[in-house]
Amino acid sequence: MSLKTLFQHEDKIITRMGKAFLSERVVYRGKDLHQDLQHMSWFELFIFGITGRQFNEAQMKVLNFMWISTSYPDKSIWPNNIAALAASSRSTPILALSSGLAVFEASIYAGKPLKVCIDTFYRADKWLQNNPNLNTFLKNEIKQHKIIYGYGRPLTSKDERIPHLIRFADEQGLGEGHFLKLALKIAKQMKQLKGLEMNVVAIYAALGADLGFSAKEFHLFMTPAAFAGMPPCYIEAKENPEGAFLPIRCDRIKYIGKPKRKWKIS
Amino acid sequence: MSQNKQLYQTKIWFEEPEDNNPFSAKNSYVHGYNLYEDVLPNSSWSEYIYLLFKSELPSPQQSQLLEKIAISIANPGLRDNSIRAAMNAGVGGSTAASSLISALGVGAGQYAGAQEIYRLVSHWQDAKQNLPAWKDFTQNPNQKFQRVELWDPIEHPPGFEPNASSCCKTVIDALTFLSSISPNGNLRWLEKNRKQLEKYAKYPLSMSGVIATALYDLGFTSKESEMLFLILRLPGAAVHALEQEKFGWKAFPFFGNETILTDDPKNKNLT
Repeated sequence: MSLKTLFQHEDKIITRMGKAFLSERVVYRGKDLHQDLQHMSWFELFIFGITGRQFNEAQMKVLNFMWISTSYPDKSIWPNNIAALAASSRSTPILALSSGLAVFEASIYAGKPLKVCIDTFYRADKWLQNNPNLNTFLKNEIKQHKIIYGYGRPLTSKDERIPHLIRFADEQGLGEGHFLKLALKIAKQMKQLKGLEMNVVAIYAALGADLGFSAKEFHLFMTPAAFAGMPPCYIEAKENPEGAFLPIRCDRIKYIGKPKRKWKIS
Repeated sequence: MSQNKQLYQTKIWFEEPEDNNPFSAKNSYVHGYNLYEDVLPNSSWSEYIYLLFKSELPSPQQSQLLEKIAISIANPGLRDNSIRAAMNAGVGGSTAASSLISALGVGAGQYAGAQEIYRLVSHWQDAKQNLPAWKDFTQNPNQKFQRVELWDPIEHPPGFEPNASSCCKTVIDALTFLSSISPNGNLRWLEKNRKQLEKYAKYPLSMSGVIATALYDLGFTSKESEMLFLILRLPGAAVHALEQEKFGWKAFPFFGNETILTDDPKNKNLT
């Protein structure tokens, strides 16, 4: 990079991804949006936008169910809680939903675990090409990173989504995927090594890997995964009186800080 | 105290309820100080911000440095990516919050954004004034990056400007002034070693480098510095968004004609 780079990019947007020829046509990743892609579902278009690839019906169903399976209209879940707080504060739908969506790149759920987990599977697979012992790989990972994303869950150990995902993938002919088998193999060893149960991140990441998503593509694809859980939370909190979503009494604050003190005027 | 109820734990905030309303406070305390009786009449804005983050009051020198940092970056200027994002919101008449949210989202990044501040303050905490460690870091800033993470590897040495060939005057002006009032010596060390560090990094020092060092001089952690950087740059985003809304979209650049499509199905059909 240098100053030359800025001169090269000044006053022009060079793109292979698309352009709106306003009042004429729109190109989306080399296709005419209104002619070539008119029969796509929005969900297919979203995935095509990320990967440039189109998936068959069974694959699309599994990808779709990954989102459905984690869209909980439950206001106690943190992103939904934010959407409900926004409604209770009488904010707008977009501000509510985008605020809820923004926290999805969390360290202990969603964003980071999903991205790191799929990469861990790719690295484990590579490792196994030259080393027979998966256990050694897992021990190294735990030593280096303390945790392996996809195994262990905050709040509860059992993940209610897993049996549904596995059954559904199986029904669609995707239950025997290479990475799904690897995820289940790791699950057995993690149970022995750390006593941890698998969480659905491992299943999502394994299915993503079996469908050829890179870690970056998978990160983008899973961004709105739980989004459909938020609108009901927003709507209902908006129906309730303003400020009435989980109000907090003053004495519900457990203060563990400095004792009362006076300002010293110099 | 409500019996058998879940509690929110905090070292920062304490309230005494009104006698007739448990949901309303008659007294609010910040780190032990009564906010409306004691802090409000006595504190400056920078003292209060420092108190919030560090739980103690700053010295006069620390307070002054924080105030001057805030002035330095309150408006990073119209060409900054975060301000451009806010202007895009403003010119379309979007909500006020969306102007600031867009500035935060863009200004959170690794290029001239808050993640760059985080990375650099983290390095300051490790390396301190050890020049060989800085050489190592500037030449390989991703050495701690051992696997895919949420944030991708950074594409330039944090604190240095990959799109410039020499250190710009505004950066030097800020460094010179802030180092002259800093109660700690890291800004002065940066000033003294700037040219050497720029040789190591192969890029000139950036404003991010100065601000990260100033925040480190104040004792802020990398995460505290990242947050402060995000907060302190919002005034510029706000005023530029408001201004563009007033000027209107016809006066705002639009690059439709300058967008060059390299994969056009129309061209494919011709060949």
